[in-house]
Amino acid sequence: MTQAEQEIRFQEKIDREIKIEPNDWMPDEYRQTLIRQISQHAHSEVVGMLPEGNWITRAPNLRRKAVLLAKVQDEAGHGLYLYSAVETLGTSREQTIDDLHSGKAKYSSIFNYPALTWADIGTIGWLVDGAAIMNQVALCRTSYGPYARAMVKICKEESFHQRQGYESLTKLCNGTPQQKAMAQDAMNRFWWPALMMFGPSDADSTHSDQSIKWKIKRFTNDELRQNFVDATVAQAEILGLTIPDPNLKWNEARGHYDFSEINWDEFWQVVKGNGPCNKERLAARVKAKEEGAWVREAASAFAKKRDMKKSA
Amino acid sequence: MSTNEWPLWEVFIRSKQGLNHKHVGSLRAPDATLALENARDVYTRRSEGISIWVVESAHIHATDIDDVASFFEPSDTKIYRHPTFYEVPDGVKHM
Repeated sequence: MTQAEQEIRFQEKIDREIKIEPNDWMPDEYRQTLIRQISQHAHSEVVGMLPEGNWITRAPNLRRKAVLLAKVQDEAGHGLYLYSAVETLGTSREQTIDDLHSGKAKYSSIFNYPALTWADIGTIGWLVDGAAIMNQVALCRTSYGPYARAMVKICKEESFHQRQGYESLTKLCNGTPQQKAMAQDAMNRFWWPALMMFGPSDADSTHSDQSIKWKIKRFTNDELRQNFVDATVAQAEILGLTIPDPNLKWNEARGHYDFSEINWDEFWQVVKGNGPCNKERLAARVKAKEEGAWVREAASAFAKKRDMKKSA
Repeated sequence: MSTNEWPLWEVFIRSKQGLNHKHVGSLRAPDATLALENARDVYTRRSEGISIWVVESAHIHATDIDDVASFFEPSDTKIYRHPTFYEVPDGVKHM
């Protein structure tokens, strides 16, 4: 079968909603797009542990501490599901991780913003996990089987992430004026970066059209962003928080909220490595790998020694 | 030495008595003991299982993807193996 015939058959499978599995023939570009997208997603889960992990020892009470620990542990698990999914595409796990550490691979730019106060932790759960869930629910039907299965598992686990954040904010918003102000300040800092999580606008998104055709993505960046805004406005009202956008307004004709243009300069600056925490985040990941090397070596040596005893 | 040298393990979980072990994913670990412990931490954080199997991926033999049509041909051409192939008069019950 020629390459062109295989591509036609591949697209027919996609159109008939047949999932693609690891050993199936796939166009090289489909494979490369998935490697890029899933590894970015995996890195985001892992780097996403850093801003929250930093608050585990400072959680205001034992309940919040246990919840935060469970959430951070979930993120590690989600990273692993996704690293396993990337590996089914023929990449090496180590190379995937090294690509993050060398700066070649990206992760969600949201994690390059610092978590300055306790209210940021609630806000990250509500807005950042909320935006992630909006994106991930859509990805449960992505055309690549291992990615879709990882997404189903992740979505099941993540719904508590958003709810615990929102619950934490309800306490702050019904607390002292200082607590309420702290929540509003967190909202002011995280609203726009959360909207940026959906990626560049459709007009500027290089990979969007082909990804939709291959059903890697089911919705465009702008569609998902709009859904997120529409879902979040009422949630903010219940908290009594103001969304920091003077142009946010219900548009009866569109049936959606209108909102201001995103500051795309800021978005691209952070993507390119110039956000408030880019260097710190990468340094933390590299340090973790280097300082954990002896543990991995010891585990391998122990396994080898035991095998030798068994065969002796 | 790198994690790359750790073998890949496939993880199978029995969610409750009476059901079979089902493939849930994979992970890397230096040996079976750690593979089981990692599988517990990664795949059963919410009471998803009461028993875990781990199998080194290298030990799994699979059908050849390019040979699927001929390999499964015998099962696709014998419709008389299905009960709906047979005609039974109206009114016949418990069959």
